[in-house]
Amino acid sequence: MKNHVWRPLVIVLAIVGGILIVRTLLVPKDFGIQERGYMYGWHRKSNEAEWKKYPVKYKTAVICRECHKDQYDDIKDSPHHSISCENCHGPNYDHPQNPLGLKIDRSRGLCIRCHAYLPYKDSARANIPGIDPEKHYPQAECVMCHYPHDPRRSNPKYQKSEVKS
Amino acid sequence: MMNRREFCKNAMIMAGGIMIPLTALEVFNPSRLHAEKDGKGKVRWVFLVDLHKCVGCGFCVKACKIENDVDWDANVTRTWVERYVVTKGMPGEEPKTYIDSPKGCRDGFITQKIDQASMGLKDIKPEQISKAFFVPKLCNHCENPPCVQVCPVGATYQTQEGVVLVDRTWCIGCGYCVMGCPYGVRYFHPELHVAEKCTLCYHRLCRGMKTACVDACPFGARRVGNIRDPEDPVTKIITTEQVNVLKEEFGTKPQVFYLGYSMEVK
Amino acid sequence: MVHGEAWTIKEFFVYPNEYIYWSIQIVMYPFMTGLVAGAFVLSSLYHVFGVKQLKDIARFSLVFSLALLPVAMLPLLLHLQQPMRGINVMMTPHFTSAIAAFGIVFSTYGMIVASEIWFVYRQFIVETVMELRAKPQRRAVESLQLALYSMLSLGAMDLSPEAMHKDERAIGILAGIGIPVACFLHGYAGFIFGSVKANALWMTPLMPVIFICSAIVSGIALCIATYIITMEIRKLIFNRKRKSNPRLPSIEELKSAEIQVVTITVKYLVMFLVLAITLELLDLIFRSYTAVKSWDILRSVIYERDFFKIFVLQYGLGDLVPFIIFLMPRLTIRRALVGSLLVLMGVFMMRWNVVIGGQAFSASFSGFMDYKLPIWPTSVELYKEGLFGALTVIITPFVLFYLVTRVLPVFGIKDSH
Repeated sequence: MKNHVWRPLVIVLAIVGGILIVRTLLVPKDFGIQERGYMYGWHRKSNEAEWKKYPVKYKTAVICRECHKDQYDDIKDSPHHSISCENCHGPNYDHPQNPLGLKIDRSRGLCIRCHAYLPYKDSARANIPGIDPEKHYPQAECVMCHYPHDPRRSNPKYQKSEVKS
Repeated sequence: MMNRREFCKNAMIMAGGIMIPLTALEVFNPSRLHAEKDGKGKVRWVFLVDLHKCVGCGFCVKACKIENDVDWDANVTRTWVERYVVTKGMPGEEPKTYIDSPKGCRDGFITQKIDQASMGLKDIKPEQISKAFFVPKLCNHCENPPCVQVCPVGATYQTQEGVVLVDRTWCIGCGYCVMGCPYGVRYFHPELHVAEKCTLCYHRLCRGMKTACVDACPFGARRVGNIRDPEDPVTKIITTEQVNVLKEEFGTKPQVFYLGYSMEVK
Repeated sequence: MVHGEAWTIKEFFVYPNEYIYWSIQIVMYPFMTGLVAGAFVLSSLYHVFGVKQLKDIARFSLVFSLALLPVAMLPLLLHLQQPMRGINVMMTPHFTSAIAAFGIVFSTYGMIVASEIWFVYRQFIVETVMELRAKPQRRAVESLQLALYSMLSLGAMDLSPEAMHKDERAIGILAGIGIPVACFLHGYAGFIFGSVKANALWMTPLMPVIFICSAIVSGIALCIATYIITMEIRKLIFNRKRKSNPRLPSIEELKSAEIQVVTITVKYLVMFLVLAITLELLDLIFRSYTAVKSWDILRSVIYERDFFKIFVLQYGLGDLVPFIIFLMPRLTIRRALVGSLLVLMGVFMMRWNVVIGGQAFSASFSGFMDYKLPIWPTSVELYKEGLFGALTVIITPFVLFYLVTRVLPVFGIKDSH
């Protein structure tokens, strides 16, 4: 290295070395090429486990049935049987431990997701009874007349006169 | 005879050489550069959407937002439902297709008016409509995900089961993956400021459950299955019936299959 | 609010998650790297190809490209949602991504420019060190200067003719390596866009070549403009100083030297301008002729929505008008300045029309997105991705250039290079 011409190169090599050293310190140990190769699998392996640990909020009707057999029986033969409990009752979270976690959605907004009339004859929507939300008792909640677990029945909790007035 | 200066120099070079482990050069190992295709795992998740069954209720979008802590009021969503309304056309006028997805169908389709964004609402008379249908969308978890290919730091990747995930601690937020996705499924997390996308409810699939959107759908329009299991009902439908995928021309090999696909679908 | 929502206006059907995610800073990024690459190529014309007439502007543009260099990175940092993690690009580079090479290409290029400048200025640095050392009494500023220049000299104090000859050869080699690296630096910025298959406007193999040509055009134009402005300032200063020092060159001498340099440089500018326009038009013609699936929406963006920005600002005022200005006989300094400023505006509009124009339509091909540049910065994000962020990026290189020339003066040094 007697030749002064190489001095900038020494500095360059020092910088490159520095970056490689920093790299060993900053990069997580499990970062590397995983199952899907370098193109699609270049990542930190432990991140997969982090995503796996993400808490489940909707526990499905199977869990509900364990304790609420009566409610399950109430809905099982109704046209609404395919609607998951948690769609209206709210996600389970850690429901048995924290009973206040569930909040029932009785709003019109929930019902008209399916029952707002849309003039689409060939669509599956046409198979569902539909109403015009702006004209069909706009002042009332749907549950005041219709029993949500079985829409063919009227809701025993309410009287028809309440809606009309 | 080595003088002090030379000794120092040599010592530093040696130390530097030892400090740089060979793992730092792992990237340059040519045998591992190529994508390892035809994975060896027993599981490869795929998704099946039946367009004949979807009624546009948006329960899937609601469940997804809650399950995955996607901000309820933010105008982004991991999954959404599009409405396609095709008009009959008049004499001398071709049929037109109107598409919308207000709030990603978070609250369902509750009005006949088509949302044209800043162009206002478009009212189409019922007698004008020749056909209408709903198209649920979500990440296609492509076999060749372009979003993963373009990530400069390895913050997004595909698991062995084919699920494309984002490492929220490593993403630099350059947005290249957002631009690289032809399906528009990616966005920036409003609070974490990293790329965000559908995880195919990886946490649920790992526990033997289905995705939140599948469980929330009252009509069975959404299903998830394992394409490497020939007995899986989803696999059977995909292999025996006429299914389609979105934007096949990009060569991404999307893994969300559609039954009842129509050419209007964008 | 979601990133992008503040400046995106949607029309008709756009996918729910689609916004203009790459905004003004990504317009600035290729514009600034283009200036860096162009300035360097201009200086190499003298160092490599021995275009003697460019000697005066060569040193100038080399230092200017050093000042521009950090600014090529600035828009990227302002754009990143996680700027603190930017270093990850060097830590775990994923080379299947065009952006991953940025860290490596950029630092390689930076090192080449820095080394070349070191060789060009070595004589000056050593002489300054000698001069300062010779002083029996040094003021505090001078001691600092001595320390700085001694450090910059890297201990290479040999000014013998053999050593100087080695310097010359090193400059030639570095400038020679620098040209492909500069082109690569910028060509790959074009590749970042050209390789996005999801974007119908961006995806073309011509993109890197178009980017290189317009980069050189803009770099040369900026050097001409800055050179003219600097010369005007020098004239003013000389006018004042000549009263005490009549040996300084007269205004006329400066002027004739200036117009000579400018005329030669403009010739190269016009050459690259023709090449750039040809490629851009080829791209446009090819798209309209092949008319693939995306052409319907591209046509309505190019010929209707962005007509003014593309055909009036970019091609008209940015290419055609300066072309006429430069080719009209008897080029004057003022005309050259106007022409090169128009060229700069045109190249900026070209970046704008590519970056913003590429996001002006939805990937569904069924709707449009309009970009409203945030003016008043009411939040950090609106500053970064707004007018003031862009202005910061534009002003910084001039501040840096001023600072660098405090240490390494561009004018009035006698040496062999």
